[in-house]
Amino acid sequence: MTLLQMFQSNICSPMVLAFAFGIVCRVIKSEMAIPRDLYTSLSIYLLFALGLKGGVELSHCEWRQILLPGIVTIAIGCITPVSAYLTLRYFGKFSIADAAGIAAHYGSVSAVTFIAAEKFVVGQLGEGSVVPFMPTLLTLLEIPGIQVALAIGVIGLAKSRRNVDDGSAATSTSMATVWHELLTARSMVLLVGGMVIGFIVKYEGYASVKPFFDKGDWMFKGALTLFLLEMGLVAGSRLADLKHAGVFLMVFGVTAPIIHGAMGVYLGGLAGLDVGSCTVLGAMAASASYIAAPPAVRMTLPEANPTFYLTAALAITFPFNLLIGIPLYFRMAQAMVGQN
Amino acid sequence: MNTHPMTLLTIVAESILKDRLVHEIRNIGAKGFTITDVSGEGSRHRRVSELLGDNGKIEIIVKRETADKVLEVLQKEYFISYAVIAYMSEIQIVRENKYS
Repeated sequence: MTLLQMFQSNICSPMVLAFAFGIVCRVIKSEMAIPRDLYTSLSIYLLFALGLKGGVELSHCEWRQILLPGIVTIAIGCITPVSAYLTLRYFGKFSIADAAGIAAHYGSVSAVTFIAAEKFVVGQLGEGSVVPFMPTLLTLLEIPGIQVALAIGVIGLAKSRRNVDDGSAATSTSMATVWHELLTARSMVLLVGGMVIGFIVKYEGYASVKPFFDKGDWMFKGALTLFLLEMGLVAGSRLADLKHAGVFLMVFGVTAPIIHGAMGVYLGGLAGLDVGSCTVLGAMAASASYIAAPPAVRMTLPEANPTFYLTAALAITFPFNLLIGIPLYFRMAQAMVGQN
Repeated sequence: MNTHPMTLLTIVAESILKDRLVHEIRNIGAKGFTITDVSGEGSRHRRVSELLGDNGKIEIIVKRETADKVLEVLQKEYFISYAVIAYMSEIQIVRENKYS
């Protein structure tokens, strides 16, 4: 299958079309809106289902299989926020807070991009082409990216304040509070909680709730499609902010995922993952968070302008990954890790 | 009915601050509070409420000194960086010992 055919088959999935439809609704200024509570419910359902299935699969895995991919994932989580920060700060001339705020989003991971990548790979290579412990890696990647970027921001700001000493008394949230926020954030609690439950109940217990929660079943796919419609609505309403974001951020929103994605695919290959799993790891490294990162950044780096990080993550990088990025990482994985 | 003068302090803040503000208010000495979910837009313009939540309105009935202390904390720690407004009014209440 050529890359172009791959793009075409990717774009013609109900999920991607629902996302595009959401954007169209905003562009034509339709009053259509998904209630906030439904959005929250859908995200709880998706994250919990993801954790649950991951836990079930984890209970049948050997720890040795996960060790190397786990280490590589944490390394990715530490590298991507630094590369994003340095690029934004020194090439994009963003302020410390803005650069660190955006970097926190690119260091962390988007669960929906993860699911979309997995679906794409399964569509290309069939069931079982992605290692079952991927949700564990998703959880591992969620935290360090945000933490590293916030630490850079907080330390950077403290230093510049000491130099200038302008007497401004902006808040400095203690790192303990930040850790608590991150570890108890909705996405974290649902992923880890689901995983623990799945780990305990194993396949036998999971069978009783499988039709409701399983990634392969209609319920999950339907919920994901609705969720993507909502993401499209949100992304569509951010489109007007693109002009405030500036050309640099737009270019960054497309090139950062390609570079981070290539790194994810390469490191996944080094850790011994197969083509399918490398693709998903690449998509995870390339993605920018919009569930865990925004509140954490808002709390800790209030000086960072939300228009920058939300527009970059949601209106640029998320659609890019969904439409073009995922097939691209798949191609990279085929080239780097080998054909199969 | 016997009524007593008290101060009603109203704070409208972005919702991620709710827990922190409640903590501050409790520390300063308010005995209770009421929170309502509200929405709106101010000088800082629209945030993405789907992702960061709408606003929370916190109301406390306290003595004037306590209200002043809360305002000082808001001034020092929150007004610069966050979307927060606060205002107070003098009100009449019954059961004075309930609030102080």
